[in-house]
Amino acid sequence: MYIEVKEVEVQYTEKKEQVDVLKNISLTIEQGEFICLLGPSGCGKSTLLGAMAGFLTPTKGTVYIKGKPVERPCAEYVTIFQNYGLLPWRTVEKNVELGLERMIKSREDRARIAMKYIDLVGLSGSEKKHPGQLSGGMQQRVAIARALAVEPEILFMDEPFGALDAITRMKLQDDLLNICHETKKTVIFVTHDIDEATFLADRIVVMSADPGEIKNIVNISMPKNRDRTSSNFLRARDKIFDIFHMKKPDTVEYYI
Amino acid sequence: MVKTIKYCVISFGALLLLWQILVTVADISPALFPPPTKVVAAFGELLKHGLKGSSSDVALMGHIGISMARFLTGYILAVVTAILAGLILGCLPRAFAYVNPVIQLIRPIAPVAWMPFIVLWFGIGDVPAVVIIFIAGFFPVLLSTVAAVQNVDVTYRKVAQNFGLSKMETVRKIIFPAAFTQIIHSLRLALGTSWIFLVSGEMVGAQSGLGFLVMDAKNCMRPDALLAVMITIGIIGFLLDTCIRLLEGVVKCI
Ligand SMILES: Nc1ncnc2c1ncn2[C@@H]1O[C@H](COP(=O)(O)OP(=O)(O)O)[C@@H](O)[C@H]1O
Ligand SMILES: [Mg+2]
Repeated sequence: MYIEVKEVEVQYTEKKEQVDVLKNISLTIEQGEFICLLGPSGCGKSTLLGAMAGFLTPTKGTVYIKGKPVERPCAEYVTIFQNYGLLPWRTVEKNVELGLERMIKSREDRARIAMKYIDLVGLSGSEKKHPGQLSGGMQQRVAIARALAVEPEILFMDEPFGALDAITRMKLQDDLLNICHETKKTVIFVTHDIDEATFLADRIVVMSADPGEIKNIVNISMPKNRDRTSSNFLRARDKIFDIFHMKKPDTVEYYI
Repeated sequence: MVKTIKYCVISFGALLLLWQILVTVADISPALFPPPTKVVAAFGELLKHGLKGSSSDVALMGHIGISMARFLTGYILAVVTAILAGLILGCLPRAFAYVNPVIQLIRPIAPVAWMPFIVLWFGIGDVPAVVIIFIAGFFPVLLSTVAAVQNVDVTYRKVAQNFGLSKMETVRKIIFPAAFTQIIHSLRLALGTSWIFLVSGEMVGAQSGLGFLVMDAKNCMRPDALLAVMITIGIIGFLLDTCIRLLEGVVKCI
């Protein structure tokens, strides 16, 4: 077991009322897996990701990474956010170097590593630009390069392509899969887009809201380099749709 | 830039013309409100050897130099301490919650109200004006720095945490630069207020400088010289603001 989420619960007190955001979440992830957390907005995907990445401590339960309980964020597992979190006053190159500044003292070494990852995400030539001069897709590429530069074992991604147009998004999905395959990362990827999850994931963790729970875990056994228009792909995608539609009888019952 | 200069020239020209016409048509006594011609003459007199009958024998440029030195000392001290204090308080919201009420209590008091104490503690000379400017500049910069720090995008803080930046590194590499665009705006506001209060400070506690010249012109009963000094104060304030606006523009481009 590489990552183990064990009986995690998260509660917030709002207006003196306890709200269960995550309830009884248990999940194990193996090294090298690409996991998608899929569910409607507000079901607690970001909260679960935050607990795994060490940004928040669960009310109950523990997350273990390689057997050790997660207590705080560290550079071995880097989070990539929907709004990039790039520093607008730094160039692309200097943004990518941010995480390296603590580890590598030599300027030349830093610059060399940064260039390697800028190249890997397909941005060579833009290293002297500022984030404001780049499109959203390119900015997210910079954020990915910055994360990869510190050579983390795990990437946590919170709706990283949520703000991008459909075509840019698919291109980034393709490139992300290739990069993760090449660099052998374990990825936990939050999305509310069924197509995206079906295209990327080895396993999809389907979540439901109020309280946030794991509803189902779906294995996608298709090999990578999936063809988004193939019948296999569409069948897999339909299966996920079904899981969400299973809610219907529940709600009908509720109204009776 | 050329357009801005055009607007300035036409605007000031029209003002001068209107002033001259009003004074001529309404036949106002020069003792009540002097015409531009007399003011220009007084300006020349001030520039050359200072006012006749004045208690100071320094010419206008000397006074401007003295005022600028006091102003820059007070302003730079205020800005540096306010930004440092603001960064610290911004990072410690609980401490700020306790300090804030006191700041809000002191802030609405006009800096010149402190004058009796300042003169008592520091005597007259350069210090009172510097202290007044410091008080005038300190609070707006402090409060806007705290607000700017607290407004820094949480994603930045998470990124800093994720890459294991220390507290100091986070402030230096992330918080300060992220807050700076907001801070520079308050630097501009503070520059304006400080300049206004320089004159008040010098009117009471100094024997030199532009504020002193205002009082001096009044004591010599020279309304023309008074207007000349007032216009000088206005022009320098305008130039200072233009400088910092250009700086603000440069910073925003980064
Ligand atoms: N700091 C917080 N305080 C109170 N409630 C919160 C906080 N963070 C998240 N929540 C609540 O937790 C629920 C899940 O949020 P989140 O994990 O962001 O969902 P998702 O990422 O799936 O859209 C939401 O209903 C949200 O309002
Ligand atoms: Mg979310």
